Amino acid sequence: MTATTTPARRRRSPRAAQTRAEILMTLRRGESLLLTLAIPVGLLVFFSLVDVLPTNTAEPVDFLAPGIIALAVMSAAMVGLAIATAFERQYGVLKRIGTTPLGRTNLLVAKITAIVVVELVQFAVLLPVGLALGWRPPVAGLAPALVGVLLGTCAFAGLGLAMAGSLRAEIVLAGANGLYLLLLLVSGMMIPLTKLPSGLAAAARLLPSSALADVLRGCLTKTVDVPARAWIVLAVWAIVGPLLAVRVFRWE
Amino acid sequence: MTSPAILVRDLTIRYPTMDRSAVEGVSFRVEPGEILALLGPNGAGKTSIVETLEGYRRATSGMVSVLGFDPIADAVALRSRIGVMLQRNGVYLTMGPRDVVRLFADYYGDRADDPDELLDRVGLSSVATTPWRRLSGGEQQRLSLALALVGRPEVAFLDEPTAAIDATARQNVRSLLREQRDGGVAIVLTTHDLDEAESLADHVVILDQGRIVAAGTPAQLTRADATDGVRFSAPEGIDVASLAALLNAPVTEREPGAYMAAVEPTSQRVAVIAGWLAEHDLALDALQAGRRPLEDLFMRLTQSAADTERQRADEARRRDRRRKRAAS
Repeated sequence: MTATTTPARRRRSPRAAQTRAEILMTLRRGESLLLTLAIPVGLLVFFSLVDVLPTNTAEPVDFLAPGIIALAVMSAAMVGLAIATAFERQYGVLKRIGTTPLGRTNLLVAKITAIVVVELVQFAVLLPVGLALGWRPPVAGLAPALVGVLLGTCAFAGLGLAMAGSLRAEIVLAGANGLYLLLLLVSGMMIPLTKLPSGLAAAARLLPSSALADVLRGCLTKTVDVPARAWIVLAVWAIVGPLLAVRVFRWE
Repeated sequence: MTSPAILVRDLTIRYPTMDRSAVEGVSFRVEPGEILALLGPNGAGKTSIVETLEGYRRATSGMVSVLGFDPIADAVALRSRIGVMLQRNGVYLTMGPRDVVRLFADYYGDRADDPDELLDRVGLSSVATTPWRRLSGGEQQRLSLALALVGRPEVAFLDEPTAAIDATARQNVRSLLREQRDGGVAIVLTTHDLDEAESLADHVVILDQGRIVAAGTPAQLTRADATDGVRFSAPEGIDVASLAALLNAPVTEREPGAYMAAVEPTSQRVAVIAGWLAEHDLALDALQAGRRPLEDLFMRLTQSAADTERQRADEARRRDRRRKRAAS
């Protein structure tokens, strides 16, 4: 390579440079795109067209679209963040960055910004796909839904970082993927909680994933009506998740 | 008197899981524009000392200061003025050298070196876009070094900076480090390679089991060791002149049956002496090479360097095999 092929370098602030790097790395991670984009879109399309799930609605997409958005938020904020951060920790990247002027706050801001960018990409894909399948969310529900997504992102990012900062990377890899599948099944994202055994359903209502699914479904189907319990559970997790991360996170 | 770049006074580090101190009563100082090598076998306490200076560990007792600051309490003030190269390199797996060095340059703002020029200096321009995980061990190490230097630090901490690097690149790295030193950077490097310490460092601190066993300039240390020679016991009145001729160094019978050969106490020289005695059917009773503690230490240094070489070679072979398997 010669200097002529070297793209010109633009100087960035530490935070801007790290944010850009986090976004690029996140979007380049093929296996994580499978989880954050391909699987949610696939599930939404398949089960909207093949009406085999007990969604209790005339149009399955009305039930599925909000649930799949909750799944997308969970996959970006918890699964993707946990796995990537766990490996960075294992390979000593976090340790090394700890002695540079970047600082932990900038690192955290960069990571969260990257998640928000992924979420925007997810919405940009899921929304038109949902609309094409006949989903008609009420406009009045968009603002509260956004609040729900923010709370859910806080909760899941906290839980993801708690895992990444306390467990070995291989365990996080297996655990986060397993958790994704488990929560997908028992959080009312695709299968209504009313179809679960009553004990399991009661326990599932306390999960951040089912609270987010309930909030989004309440905001984004026909009439805006969210059970107060879902808001409370989600808000509690949005506080507990980050607190847990702060408590258990070890940098090396 | 100028203030030292690094001051370590009576440093002791204990870990709850260890029955002895990892570091015990270590003191040294490094001036700006000076390279200090911490030399010792694995487990000597080198990394513990460096990590205390970097602010990763707390001293159990004693005092450390970097540029007049406490590495933990004043970490924020220090971060833009120090450069760190860790033993585990700690670089994003999917990023190529150019992107990583540019990213790190941005951390340091205006004081940063030109990242592309630095990449060239460490000889990585040809692999500028190869992701970290596909770089060779030596390339990874040179990148890691570049990341430690890109912020134009006043103090650089380098953990085993040339361990996995081949001979040509090693000369390159050494001249880069000398250049940094001449520009006023204080450098602390750890190594278990005697040759590395000798060729690079202005001062060497030799550690064993957490304690300083010797310190001085490379010349002082090698001289101290060489004057000791090899001592051995054999039957009285052997032909010292013929052995001396073979060794090309004086051999003296200091008391009846106790001899001293004024040669460097290397294993080859010892082998020559043992071989000569065997050839003349003379029993060798006792043999002592060099001043005991230092010689022992050097043996272990050499041993652990050889072990590391072997580990590295094994690793490289494994990587090659993996690569071949992936390619087929």
